[in-house]
Amino acid sequence: MEALTLLEWGFDGLLGLGLLWLAWRALTCPELFKAIVLFIAFGLLMALAWVRLDAPDVALAEAAIGAGLTGALLLAAFAKLSLVTGHEELKPARSEKNRIRFQHYWMPATTLLLVTAGLFYVILSLPPYAAGLSVEVASNLDTSGVSNPVTAVLLNFRGYDTLLEMVVLLLALLGVWSLGDTTIHREAAPGLVLDTLARVLVPLLILVAAYLLWVGAHAPGGAFQAGAVLGAAGVLLLLSSWRPHADLIAWPLRLMLVLGPAIFVIMAVLLYLTKGQLLEFPPAQAGILILILEAVATVSIGITLAALFLGGRPRRGKGQA
Amino acid sequence: MSAPFFYALVGIGLFSLGLYGLIVHAHLLRKILALNIMGSGIFLVLVALAKRTGEAPPDAVPHAMVITGVVVAVSATALALTLMLKLTAETGRAELPEKGRE
Repeated sequence: MEALTLLEWGFDGLLGLGLLWLAWRALTCPELFKAIVLFIAFGLLMALAWVRLDAPDVALAEAAIGAGLTGALLLAAFAKLSLVTGHEELKPARSEKNRIRFQHYWMPATTLLLVTAGLFYVILSLPPYAAGLSVEVASNLDTSGVSNPVTAVLLNFRGYDTLLEMVVLLLALLGVWSLGDTTIHREAAPGLVLDTLARVLVPLLILVAAYLLWVGAHAPGGAFQAGAVLGAAGVLLLLSSWRPHADLIAWPLRLMLVLGPAIFVIMAVLLYLTKGQLLEFPPAQAGILILILEAVATVSIGITLAALFLGGRPRRGKGQA
Repeated sequence: MSAPFFYALVGIGLFSLGLYGLIVHAHLLRKILALNIMGSGIFLVLVALAKRTGEAPPDAVPHAMVITGVVVAVSATALALTLMLKLTAETGRAELPEKGRE
């Protein structure tokens, strides 16, 4: 028993220090590309930390989104950036910048050290035991329609959080779309390896997304994780030069994007009119209602994430008008 | 010190590192990385403090909030990256103009 505790502490210590070291290197190493790769590794270590903290739902979301999609977004932006600025900007800082301007560094550093010390003090003065809302969640779990407490909180107890969160996703996409267009045209065919990989992996990813969606009712998983996996499938397709058919990008794409929030709002209004409370599910039907909401949310989240990766509002290419 | 507090302190450390990077770096891509690291630090504090339940399963409410936060963070990152590319296309530099250096 003693040896096991020691081993756990060793693991926790290494993980914590590894996280801090990777974050520090990602912020200080002179090459941007290296920084992004370090950040992706940081995301994977974060997923391990979530597992250590008994938060497998968060770990799944982090592994798919924090490490996967954010990394893909950063690398894609880096590639576009080096097209615009050439490699000048991305190389280690120029000599003028290399001169350490002392006051530019130690001022924020000392201030932040003080802030950090204050926050450490606050954390350490918290009571070592606090149940938070876990008792309330556990006692109401029977009426929520699902047995995974995180899904119960996300879709039932605090359903409006999820509703607003889907609106935020949509708003981010609208922001990206309002900044420019992307022409939808098939680029050069991908290499054989990428093409085969995409053909094998995409159906598998869709299957995994469906599984995560279904299993979310009683085990780690759910709409966000499933949507993230679906988004990853979309990113893989986009990377292997697949583009949606020109007819699909007009209203079918937009319909899929708003389907999740729209069904959510419709259900909220209907429940408000019949039960008098926003998103208060009747316990008997809660399970099936949550499954419907999660299914449409998964599709919308997945497609929104893939559209965010594409960047810019998709537009018909010149040859396809 | 128990494991939840250790991870909460690591979270604070990440938050401070991220904030430092956000202040001292001029390049916008680096600032976006720093913001993401700050966010991860805050998530770590939230989830770590949710585990202060002893032997009982941890509090699910912060977990749900963090999942929501992770998804919001990725959408905000996508928007920020697009804004950065747009700025770079306009000015040729992925940095904000500095006062006194124009």
